[in-house]
Amino acid sequence: MSVTYLDAIRAAQEKALRDDPSVFIYGQDVGKFGGAFKATKNLAEKYPGRVIDSPISEDAMVGLAVGAAMEGMKPVVEMQFADFSTVGLNQMLNHAATTYWRTGRPCPMVLRLPSGGTPGSGPFHSQSMETIYSHYPGLVVMTPATVEDAYSMLLEAIGMEDPVVFCEHKLLYYHLKAEALPSEAVPAFRAHVARPGRDVTCVAYSAMVHEALAAAEELAGEGHEIEVVDLRTVKPLDTDTILASVARTGRLLAVGESWPWGGASAEVVARVASEGFELLDAPPQRLNAKDTPIPYHPNLWAAHRPTAVRIAAALREVLRY
Amino acid sequence: MATRTAGAVKRATSASPHDSWENFGRAMLRARFAEDKLASLYRAGRIVGGVYLGRGQEALSAAGGVALRKGDVFAPLIRDMAGRLAFGEPLIDVMRTYLGSRLGPMKGRDGNIHRGDLTRGILPMISHLGAMVSATAGVLLAKRMKKEKGSVGLTCLGDGATSTGSFHEGLNVAAVEKLPLVVVVADNAYAYSTPKDRQFACADLLDRAKGYGIEGEGVDGTDPEACLNVLGRAVQKAREGSGPQLVVGRLLRLCGHGEHDDGLYVEKDLKNSERGRDCLSVMEKIMQDRGMGKDWEKWKDAAHQEVEEAVKKASEEPVPDPFEEDWRATRTQGAAEAWVQE
Repeated sequence: MSVTYLDAIRAAQEKALRDDPSVFIYGQDVGKFGGAFKATKNLAEKYPGRVIDSPISEDAMVGLAVGAAMEGMKPVVEMQFADFSTVGLNQMLNHAATTYWRTGRPCPMVLRLPSGGTPGSGPFHSQSMETIYSHYPGLVVMTPATVEDAYSMLLEAIGMEDPVVFCEHKLLYYHLKAEALPSEAVPAFRAHVARPGRDVTCVAYSAMVHEALAAAEELAGEGHEIEVVDLRTVKPLDTDTILASVARTGRLLAVGESWPWGGASAEVVARVASEGFELLDAPPQRLNAKDTPIPYHPNLWAAHRPTAVRIAAALREVLRY
Repeated sequence: MATRTAGAVKRATSASPHDSWENFGRAMLRARFAEDKLASLYRAGRIVGGVYLGRGQEALSAAGGVALRKGDVFAPLIRDMAGRLAFGEPLIDVMRTYLGSRLGPMKGRDGNIHRGDLTRGILPMISHLGAMVSATAGVLLAKRMKKEKGSVGLTCLGDGATSTGSFHEGLNVAAVEKLPLVVVVADNAYAYSTPKDRQFACADLLDRAKGYGIEGEGVDGTDPEACLNVLGRAVQKAREGSGPQLVVGRLLRLCGHGEHDDGLYVEKDLKNSERGRDCLSVMEKIMQDRGMGKDWEKWKDAAHQEVEEAVKKASEEPVPDPFEEDWRATRTQGAAEAWVQE
């Protein structure tokens, strides 16, 4: 019996529906159909009236969730693809994210974003949105990389009193497997050392953790010990765990699947440069996708995003300094 | 469409319970005097931020506030002082926000027309027009899921806001869910300076109701009794399960977009037409015709006094202190990072 990353997301939503009557799910095709990726399969039948099909109205979907959250419910909104959440950005950034600050009353809601690239998905079904959401105050932004985290962090997100953007990676949905769902969990705001090492700290999150781990394995064959830090949550960013790792290694490569201008990888480099300058033996580096829309053809796509091969090459550069 | 006839006046007289009529009249006066005061304080440099008035729109706005009851939800827009006061917002909270008291409902974190109080069912508007339609629908959906029956939500916007995608998406989703939502459009013919023929090409915004599969009714927004009747009917229908209701009130704002704007772009002919009547003068005439002239004067005096007292009180209250402010935009322990707290 094994559990996929997608199973974990479905199971977490089922548990939340079962345990908390204020939870409901809202999104396009999430009802009887079970969602475009089947993340809500069978939930509408089991929890009638609480897994609700929405019109194709991303702005109203998020706006409706904001109102419901103000009224004490805990809506979980599924965007069909993270890319389409741009249409609901106003309600998320200006409404959900400002409510607690402006009113002192919580706005507990989760925006689930099927994120990231998969072969053949192209410019409008491949985006990683964590940079934009993280920039605005008032939001928590989670980017789980493992089956266990997909489950435990989604449950934690649904229990939070703040609006949470939950970036789940589509490439991990079916292929990433675990033996069972976890019975206990590391708190969502803490980064995790996914592989210990002493030569370079490679900070990654979401699907990039797996590329970084593969790169670390490759470099182990060359005699280098790469420490891979999985951020898990990009906002708030666990700076302490990153600095502790850089203190061990003296070198940093921050990897992100999103575009190179700004973002989580830039934030990691900025913080290490300013708060951990004396820990560094080499200039801190970052690796991101290319600064173009995300290509459709698998050949182009594979070259567009950071892969284990590109990460390994970047790590060798950091080591060479 | 409701009309201004003697018959309508008589019908309304018998239909309006005295207390809601009094609340209605007083809310119009309190709003007008409060806003006149705010305008002069603005010119004196006493106001924190901008001042946007609802002059000329008091009847339509107050009628919405009067039609609601405790437990309902009100999402006002920028010209709804009268509706807010009729719904029960304390005047002191108005003055606290404009004069920068930290005892106001937003504690200095947001101001003026953005004020709201979720404990009273008043949603604090964001500036992005149309956004409150789906949010109000969300509150109503939540109430339905919690099996709280009988509540109505009412949100207001102007003719310009009907051009937004949010307005369309919000009204559409409310219609799909058959929510008890009343959307009041104050069609004052201009969105800031832009005349409505640059905003939409339909002959009448009311026609849009049909497109959403909902009921709609138009009203002369300068006619207080017609406003009371139409808003009362719309709220009642929503409460009884007839789904969303669109109300389009035709009127003019008798001021600029904000106090920084002289509004000279409003066409003279329009200003001098029936549409440019001051609903407060119409109300005064009705009161006199009903033999309630003395009551009207009494309400006026009370409103003046209340406004002066609220301004005085709010002016003497403490202002927000950046050193005492909790600079955290999130509530969850650990969600605000150490480096932003300094």
